[in-house]
Amino acid sequence: MPMTITEKILAAAAGKNEVEPGDIIDVKIDCIMCHDVTAPAAISMLKEKGIDKVFDPEKIVVTPDHFQPAKDIKSAELHKRLDSWAREKKIRYYYPLGKAGVCHALLPEQGHIRPGDCIVGGDSHTCTYGAFAAFSTGIGSTDLAAAIATGKLWFRVPASIKFVLNGKLPKGVYSKDVILAVIAKIGTDGALYKAMEFTGPALGEMSMEARMTITNMAIEAGAKSGIIGFDEIAKKYLDEHLKERKQYKVYQSDADAKYEQTIEIDCSKLEPVVALPHLPSNGKSISDCAGIKIDQSYIGSCTNGRIEDLRIAASILKGRKVAIRTIIVPATPFIWKQAMDEGLFGIFYDAGCVISAPTCGACLGGFMGILAEGEKCVSTTNRNFVGRMGHPKSEVYLASPAAAAASAVEGKLADPRKYM
Amino acid sequence: MAKAHVYKRDHINTDEIIPARYLNTDNAAELAQHCMENLDTEFVKKCKPGDCIVAGGDFGCGSSREHAVWALQGAGVGAVIAKSFARIFYRNCINCGFYPIELENATEKINNSDEIEIDYEKGVIKNKTQKKEIKFKPLPDFAIAIINDGGLLEHIGKKK
Ligand code: SF4
Repeated sequence: MPMTITEKILAAAAGKNEVEPGDIIDVKIDCIMCHDVTAPAAISMLKEKGIDKVFDPEKIVVTPDHFQPAKDIKSAELHKRLDSWAREKKIRYYYPLGKAGVCHALLPEQGHIRPGDCIVGGDSHTCTYGAFAAFSTGIGSTDLAAAIATGKLWFRVPASIKFVLNGKLPKGVYSKDVILAVIAKIGTDGALYKAMEFTGPALGEMSMEARMTITNMAIEAGAKSGIIGFDEIAKKYLDEHLKERKQYKVYQSDADAKYEQTIEIDCSKLEPVVALPHLPSNGKSISDCAGIKIDQSYIGSCTNGRIEDLRIAASILKGRKVAIRTIIVPATPFIWKQAMDEGLFGIFYDAGCVISAPTCGACLGGFMGILAEGEKCVSTTNRNFVGRMGHPKSEVYLASPAAAAASAVEGKLADPRKYM
Repeated sequence: MAKAHVYKRDHINTDEIIPARYLNTDNAAELAQHCMENLDTEFVKKCKPGDCIVAGGDFGCGSSREHAVWALQGAGVGAVIAKSFARIFYRNCINCGFYPIELENATEKINNSDEIEIDYEKGVIKNKTQKKEIKFKPLPDFAIAIINDGGLLEHIGKKK
């Protein structure tokens, strides 16, 4: 039976020859991501229920990131619980402060993501790792606890929707604009319970960093997972980042695999896109929303806090001054050092930005850049729900690092193409 | 008997159900004080134990935070009836022994403050105010088994 890449990975993880959408299967998990918001609760549940064991301390990756460094006493307590558990259970890949970074940027960078694997994480944007031809999905604390204890979870095999990304991205248009355009087209529940499979020539010109921005936001269309097939670009990244267990299994969708729908996107026709408040699906071309006055620009997060994003922002900010509060958040310590070594920090400083430690910070309205009532923020993050970055009456405008940098310079939503 | 709190809107998300500024705790009682705060600051005062939330599609979209379910449970909410649910939220509900009820046009069939009674196994909502019975598709058997055991971990514990 012809199968999609997602069906093949799930079938293998369930020890079956084939599966089809709708099948309920028990799946073996290869990697579990734990962070400071959802994991402490999972740990407490396991303790309470007396099933206080870890199925494999080598298959769990732990990093505090949401409120790291601890923003207040309560989050410090969460970190303390996570830390003592990770040490007690001898979790091999534990990244405490100094090594800790935004989970979805950290795990691929540190070589924990492999093609063909089945990955879960206590975070909705765990779908990011699908950029590496893996099945990857977000779960809550109870599922996390069950996965930690048993190494298994039940899943319903999702139907797949295929997105063919045709054409070449014009100058000033990035993978963030592509995914915002896709979500604007299908809506925040357009792929509910589905796997979003991205293919097409435009991907051939995108780095793994850029691809991760696309799979990162699959959940914003309601999807269970996002996935991109394996190719030379993925191989090169993996050669550079996998530190051990360098072998992995590459699955590919069959040519006659069944898709619920196929959607073609002509990337060469795209303009920079901004998702207006309060849904990620409110994407508008920059020409339709340029000029809206903004109070803050935020460049960071698991969506766009990687080195390539910081380089793009720096290229626009170089020799210019920002007109509004601008916060740069390198997503991991390694990215932080790269940005420093490449001289980007000097550019940001001269432009009048502030550079933060790696953290989720204000992306989820935690700290490090919270909005007051009525304030507007242009942000390279992935969600612009009511109150996401602060006061319930504040507003978030989702955009690419280039658009966020250009808007920072003008103090209003701005088209990045005029700075290129 | 349960009272319905109707929100005629799609995409009620986890940031509305429990804002991230309160995620520095996983204590259900503390979370409950802020339940639905970004959407309706009066909700916690209005909600009596067993009451239900009725909403449009894609309820619970956004973050994987199970805190959203704990906040609802802590505030006394008995069930959420919605046109459809976001995937992770739906799973979290079942895992916590909490009922997500899918009902087409839920916000038209149930009005704000209607008195309702739910038979989960049969898949029937009795709308006492409107004197009507509304059928819904009961959850799959394995999900009901998890909920009846009190949640996923209890269920796994029992299977062993
Ligand atoms: S950066 Fe934002 S979206 Fe990404 S994991 Fe952190 S809080 Fe979630």
